[in-house]
Amino acid sequence: MINIKDLHKQFDQLKVLKGINLEVKTGQVVVVIGPSGSGKTTLLRCINVLEQPTSGLLAIGDQVLDFSQQVSKRQIPPFRRLTGMVFQNYNLFPHMTALENVMEGPVTVKGESKETAKEKGELLLRKVGLADKAGYYPYQLSGGQQQRVGIARALAMEPKVMLFDEPTSALDPELVGEVLKVMRDLAAEGMTMVIVTHEMRFAREAADEVIFMDGGIIIERGKPEQIFSSPKEARTSQFLNLIQ
Amino acid sequence: MAKMYLSSIFANPERVERLIEIGKNSFQPLLEGAIVYTIPLTLISFIFGLALAIFTALARISGNKALETIAGIYVSAIRGTPLLVQLFIIFYGLPTIGVIIDPFPSAIIGFSLNVGAYSSEIIRAAILSIPKGQWEAGYSIGMSYSQTLKRIILPQASRVSIPPLSNSFISLVKDTSLASMILVTEMFRRAQEIAATNYEFLLLYTQAAFIYWVICFMLSILQGRLERRLDRYISS
Repeated sequence: MINIKDLHKQFDQLKVLKGINLEVKTGQVVVVIGPSGSGKTTLLRCINVLEQPTSGLLAIGDQVLDFSQQVSKRQIPPFRRLTGMVFQNYNLFPHMTALENVMEGPVTVKGESKETAKEKGELLLRKVGLADKAGYYPYQLSGGQQQRVGIARALAMEPKVMLFDEPTSALDPELVGEVLKVMRDLAAEGMTMVIVTHEMRFAREAADEVIFMDGGIIIERGKPEQIFSSPKEARTSQFLNLIQ
Repeated sequence: MAKMYLSSIFANPERVERLIEIGKNSFQPLLEGAIVYTIPLTLISFIFGLALAIFTALARISGNKALETIAGIYVSAIRGTPLLVQLFIIFYGLPTIGVIIDPFPSAIIGFSLNVGAYSSEIIRAAILSIPKGQWEAGYSIGMSYSQTLKRIILPQASRVSIPPLSNSFISLVKDTSLASMILVTEMFRRAQEIAATNYEFLLLYTQAAFIYWVICFMLSILQGRLERRLDRYISS
């Protein structure tokens, strides 16, 4: 589903990604872990081109962007539509209700009628357990509820891949569970997911594959039990020792 | 001096009657000047000016050097020169090169350019005050730049910019009195014309001032309502 070849990203003089190769199969849940500054968030933001990679090849499904050549601005929005993004700080639209947040993409981008979008939006809110909060504005919702609206908003565009950028990092501990549950349900439905997170327990339970990044490269990848129990690389075990 | 004037008025019942008479008679033409010229001039100029301001603000943050330069020169030229001088250039200056514009449209052009320049700074700051995450959230659901701007950024920026834009609007109501200098028979010019026939300058100009104040007072009430309406999605 996702195919990344020799992806580089440079901010001025700072090289953040130094040649990432990654393949994610349909229905796979990949969790990316690593110390801060390792480039994991940048990698995620490159997959939906919120950051434009400096060079490399990026493919989702049958659509390919080759950043070694000039990529035109017109190519990016349709490519981005293949992915749904969930942000650390939710980034809900504060001037819209929960339902309006979810409807916004389908109505404005896909040109769906408000009735259709509303029906689908209500279904999605039910799916994330917020059917009764449809008319609430973001400020009236808890962090966990906001993040679940964020997930529903991303799902409304029917993406092929869901990207999660530390979706629980800004949450109070008691609210983490409700967001992880929604993510687990999604994974069980067969959604292809790439997740940057510090929730190691979640990674252990829900991931098909764990990727450890440091210094802009992938140091090690493997099944969660292998990475967490018997990492091959010294840097991986060092990192895991620090956080566990 | 003032005391002498007042005591001389009240010592003279005929004078008081004359003032009341003039006051009554001039109220209608003044109000008419406000309704036919002052208010339309304000509204039309503000709408044109606001549209111009949005484009100018976007040009200034576009990242396109040429657009930024043009917008920068425009803002600098308008802010760096007196409004009265701008009006004189349009109405008395341009005919020299064959461009003749009637008083009212001249005033519209002058005031719109003025509002455009000043408000563009307000709108620019308001747009920049919206967190970057809002742009990214718009992009992440597949929106283009203009869709994100229209649906996500501007609605939020408008809330931030209502108080300073209301200031500009209220200033504009009062600035329209300058149109009297280019022959627009708006309220202040009418006051001048009436006073020229009966020499009651204090009375006429105070009357005009009072009507300006009433208009501005009503506008500030409207501003309060608008702010409350736009604040409905913000926790208090």
